[in-house]
Amino acid sequence: MKRTEIRLAGTGGQGVILASVILAEAAVNAGKYACQTQSYGPEARGGACKAEAVISEGKISYPEVSEPDFVLALTQKAADKYVRNLKENAVVVLDSRVQVPQNAEKYKLYHLPILDTAEYEIGRSVTANIVAVGVVNRILGICSFEQLTETVRNRIPKGTEEINLKALNAGNMMDLGG
Amino acid sequence: MSKRVLMQGNEACVKGALKAGMRFFAGYPITPSTEIAEGCAVLLPKMGGKFIQMEDEIASMAAVIGASVTGTKAMTATSGPGFSLKQENIGYASVAEIPCVIVNVQRSGPSTGLPTSSSQGDVMQSRWGTHGDHPIIVLSPSSVSETYYLAIRAFNLSEKYMTPVIFLMDEMIGHLRETVEIDDEVEIIDRKQPDAPEDKYEAYKAEDNLVPVLPVFGSGHYYNITGLTHDTWGFPTNNRKTADQLNNRLMDKIEKNRRDIEAWDEYLTDDAEILIVAYGGSARVGEAAVDMLREKGIKAGMYRPVTIWPMAETRLKELATQCGKILVIEHNHGQYVHEVERVAGDKARIEFIGRINGSYILPEEVAEKAEEM
Repeated sequence: MKRTEIRLAGTGGQGVILASVILAEAAVNAGKYACQTQSYGPEARGGACKAEAVISEGKISYPEVSEPDFVLALTQKAADKYVRNLKENAVVVLDSRVQVPQNAEKYKLYHLPILDTAEYEIGRSVTANIVAVGVVNRILGICSFEQLTETVRNRIPKGTEEINLKALNAGNMMDLGG
Repeated sequence: MSKRVLMQGNEACVKGALKAGMRFFAGYPITPSTEIAEGCAVLLPKMGGKFIQMEDEIASMAAVIGASVTGTKAMTATSGPGFSLKQENIGYASVAEIPCVIVNVQRSGPSTGLPTSSSQGDVMQSRWGTHGDHPIIVLSPSSVSETYYLAIRAFNLSEKYMTPVIFLMDEMIGHLRETVEIDDEVEIIDRKQPDAPEDKYEAYKAEDNLVPVLPVFGSGHYYNITGLTHDTWGFPTNNRKTADQLNNRLMDKIEKNRRDIEAWDEYLTDDAEILIVAYGGSARVGEAAVDMLREKGIKAGMYRPVTIWPMAETRLKELATQCGKILVIEHNHGQYVHEVERVAGDKARIEFIGRINGSYILPEEVAEKAEEM
C-alpha cells in the first residue's frame, strides 16, 4: 500500500474521529504505518468536522493530509466543506442523503446508504461511524475483516460489542454498486 | 520486547514520564495538552502516585516544586497561556535547583490565540521566559516514539543536573496518533543523595560537575531553600562574591556539561549541499521536503536539534561549512533562526520559512524555496 491519504468528514458527535483512529490502528495491527490527525474548533457538537489518516507500507514523514486519495462525507455540510483539493482519480464516498456534486465525474464516486443502514437496519444512528469503517476498509483493503473486527472490539465501549460489530458487518457487506 | 502500536503524542508523554518514575502531577488542563492531565489522573493513582488539579497554573507549578523537594519526580503540563503563568516558579526551581519537568504543548498565540492549532511560538520563552540569567534545558520531540523516550530523558536530565527541564512539544505532535515501537529497557536516573544525615549540611556546595547533592526534605538533613540568592548552606545573602559564585555556577552547570546534554538528529547529511534546520513538528515537514528534493537530484539534508537549549552548536557549524546554504523552518515568525544565524551565520547563507496562522508549512513550499537557493 503506497502512501494513502484518507479524510473522513461529518458533523461533530458522529464519531468520525473514532472511525479514523480505528482505521489507523487496524493498519498498524496489520503491520503497516499510520498517522492519525484531526482538526476541530472550540465546539464539541455540531458543525462540520474532519478526521484524517495517512496509511503506508513505509515510515511516514509528513503526517498531515494535504491531497486526499479518499474522502468520505456523511453530511451535506461536511461534503461541501471537505470534498476538495483531492488527488486526481480520488475515491469519494458520499452518504445517500448527500447530494452528488456537479464535478463528481472527476472522482470514483460511491453514493451509499450509511446513515440509513445505521438508523434502520442496525436501529441506532450512532453506529454510522462503524458502518463507515466497514465501508472504507472494504474499498481500500487496509486489513483483513478479522483484524478490523478485533480493532473495533478494542476501541468501543464495553457492552456495545454486539451492535457495533453488526454495524461493521453491514458496512463490510454493503452493496457498492457497479 | 517492543510492540508496534498506535499511540497519541500526549499519551506517549504520560507513559514516558511514568516510566521515568514520575509519581506526582499537578496541573490545570488546557488545550492541546489536556490528554496529559487526563492520562495522569487515570494512571497515577493506580501506581501509588498523586494527581492534583490545582486552582491555576501558578499554583500547579508551586505544587510540583513542593513535591519534588520531598524526593518525588514531578511534572506539570500546559500550553502557551499557562506556560506564561508558570514562569515565575520555573525561575524558583532553577535557582533553588529543584528537578522537575514542565511540558508545554504549544498552540498558536499570542494570548489565548488559536487554542486548537499548532505553533512553535514559545521557543524563545522556553529559554528566557523567567526573569534573570538562569540555566535551562529544553527538549523538543518530533514524533510520538521520540516523545516517549525524550520524556524519560527530560526526567533523567532534571535529576542528574538538579534543574527544571522544559519539554517543548507542539500540537502537531501532541495530538498526532502514529505507529510507535516501545522498548522497555531504558536507563532511569535518580538524583544523588548524601550518605548519612548531618545536623548541618552544606547543600549547595556542589560536586566537581557543579551539581549540588540536595537531600530530600524529611531525610534528616537541615538546609534552607529559597529563591533569594543564597550561600552554600542555602541562606540568603547580599555578598557579591557569594552571588558571583552561585550565579556563575548555575550557568556553568549546564554550559560545562553541555556535551553530555546536547542531542541532535541528522537526515541524509553525508553528502548534503543544502541543509534544512527544523525541530519538533516542523521537522516532519523538513524530512518530507528533503525526500522531495532528493527525488529531483538535489542533495538536501536535515539537521534537527533535539535539545533546543543547549543546541549542539559544533555539529551545526560543521554542517554549515559543508553545505553553505541553510533553510530554517519554524511554525512561528522566526525565533530559532536567530540562534542558527548566531552559530552559523558566518559559514552559510541562511533563509527562513515561517507560519503563524495555525496551519502547517507544506513540504512542497520548503522544497521550492530550497531549490531557489
